[in-house]
Amino acid sequence: MNISPDMPANTLPARATGWSLWTRQTLAIMRLEIKKNFFSRRALLLYPVVGLPLFLLTMLAIFPPDTDEMGNFGMLGQVYAAVFGGLILRTLVFFGCAWIFMNLFRGEVVDRSLHYYFLSPVRREVLVVGKYLSGLVAAIVLFGITTVGSILILHFGLFPTESRTYFFGGPGAGHLLAYLGVTILACVGYGAIFLIMGLFFRNPIIPALLLYGWEWINFLLPPGLKKLSVIHYLQSLVPVTMSEGPFAVLAEPTPAWIAVPSLFLFTAAILFLSARYARRMEISYAGD
Amino acid sequence: MTESTPSATTISPAASPAVIQGVGAAADSMIVFEDVSKFYGEVLGVNRVNLQIAPGITSLVGPNGSGKTTLMNLMTGLLRPTSGNISVLGMSPTDSEELFRKLGYCSQFDSFPRGATAREFIRFYLRVHGYTLQEAAELTQAALERVSLTEAADRKVSAFSKGMRQRVRLAQAIAHNPSILVLDEPLNGLDPMARAEIIRLFRDLADAGMYLIISSHILHEVDMMSDNVVLMHNGYVVAEGEVHGVRDEIDEHPIQILVRCDRPQLLAARLFEHEHTVEARIHDDRQGLFVKTRRPDDFYLLLNKVITEQNLKVESVAPADDDLNAVYQYLITSDGGTAR
Repeated sequence: MNISPDMPANTLPARATGWSLWTRQTLAIMRLEIKKNFFSRRALLLYPVVGLPLFLLTMLAIFPPDTDEMGNFGMLGQVYAAVFGGLILRTLVFFGCAWIFMNLFRGEVVDRSLHYYFLSPVRREVLVVGKYLSGLVAAIVLFGITTVGSILILHFGLFPTESRTYFFGGPGAGHLLAYLGVTILACVGYGAIFLIMGLFFRNPIIPALLLYGWEWINFLLPPGLKKLSVIHYLQSLVPVTMSEGPFAVLAEPTPAWIAVPSLFLFTAAILFLSARYARRMEISYAGD
Repeated sequence: MTESTPSATTISPAASPAVIQGVGAAADSMIVFEDVSKFYGEVLGVNRVNLQIAPGITSLVGPNGSGKTTLMNLMTGLLRPTSGNISVLGMSPTDSEELFRKLGYCSQFDSFPRGATAREFIRFYLRVHGYTLQEAAELTQAALERVSLTEAADRKVSAFSKGMRQRVRLAQAIAHNPSILVLDEPLNGLDPMARAEIIRLFRDLADAGMYLIISSHILHEVDMMSDNVVLMHNGYVVAEGEVHGVRDEIDEHPIQILVRCDRPQLLAARLFEHEHTVEARIHDDRQGLFVKTRRPDDFYLLLNKVITEQNLKVESVAPADDDLNAVYQYLITSDGGTAR
């Protein structure tokens, strides 16, 4: 063994300070976390979730059912709105974000590796932001592919000629970007909620399921309570509104200029609380 | 240390350079615990600990569950005290940004990020410190060399033996050249050769002016490397001071070792030629020998000699005290003779 206690601290490279340091640390955290979010064993569960609508819509394009909606290009917007609202947004993005963001901290506690971060000269606030942004990158890439892929497969698979006109000479591209924007906002909002759940709860699945129920019954809630959900603001932003059925309590959609900043403000508030909690967090791993 | 428990005993505190009486103005150059308690719900972690630790090797000694790890986790901010204050060279353990530039902690948690190689693991956390890729790579290489792990550096840590994983953690703790090194059972899993080398490294680091706080429940190792000891029991600091006091107690209290071998009678005869052998008793199955010795170092040297000279076939050598805690009990109770 090379026993060398030398190299005193004053020979170490000079370190950045302040914002420069925090930026460098955030990027370092993101590099590792993004890698984990895409390629770790846990991440493998996400790929079937991402691919499910793409697979179903490809099957639909290959074997189109003999229904009015599927035979009429004008109705395709409604079909996609139902697929996006019911399957992609409410279920896949919801649970996909739950899996990604809850595991940012909870997964490390289970793996007993969180202490390495806590024993580094990094502010816990920086750690929370770095981890959140890494989760966001993964969620946006994965569910962005789902959103864009599914809308393109559905349209071009069933009506290639009309779809070309719709996307390149009509409102299709705008709709596509709007759906993508809603997916991104969903990742932003749900991501923050699931991050804090992963910090607070030893078993965050139960609160996640409660939230899932709350988001699903949103259409039954009175207008005041509707606003206490993420889905309400997201629905206000989708380009094609979906009928919520005869029992739905109708409410005015929130204008985009309120919905978007509200989601960002909400996210910032949740991240602030997460950082405060992380700052006081202890590590014992007992019982985890 | 100023106060621990009403029954605390002190081993020559006045002569101790590393554990100094009284909370003085030099707190910025020491690690200070002021009346620190930690409870896990209603379960006691540590209670009313008062300590001042100066440079050198200070060993926290005590049986499992005595509060050594809790004390280290409090010092490094992984836990927060229920009451009391901790200052590490004038810094609060909650100020991670400042503290961990100067402190490295080799914890007992034997876990690593999945799939990482030793080099990636160390380099990554150096990047989190804020070093550039090149700086982190250079510091990583230096740390790997210091623990003799360069050849295995690019293999996945998950494939390492326990001793190698221990070295990786040690390399990670020293990679940024901290002035304080906290090591929780750092010799666990290491073979005798590696233990000796690591102990030598610790001594050299301490001689260079570093603070090393090391936990161990193996008194023999503590004796070899420490300047000072803090003896813990059931969450209390019950004795502290220079290591000589503890060494005397060990010398007076023999330890028992079981040697499984083919000719225990021969071994017993050779051992009784030396005065440090207190007792040698042949195992019921006549394939082993219980040895009580006051000087384990001398015993192991002699055993090697007998193996070589007599071609003794040894299957295993292991401590065989019926209850290791007996040694601590001996040290921490006045009945055992520690109180002075």
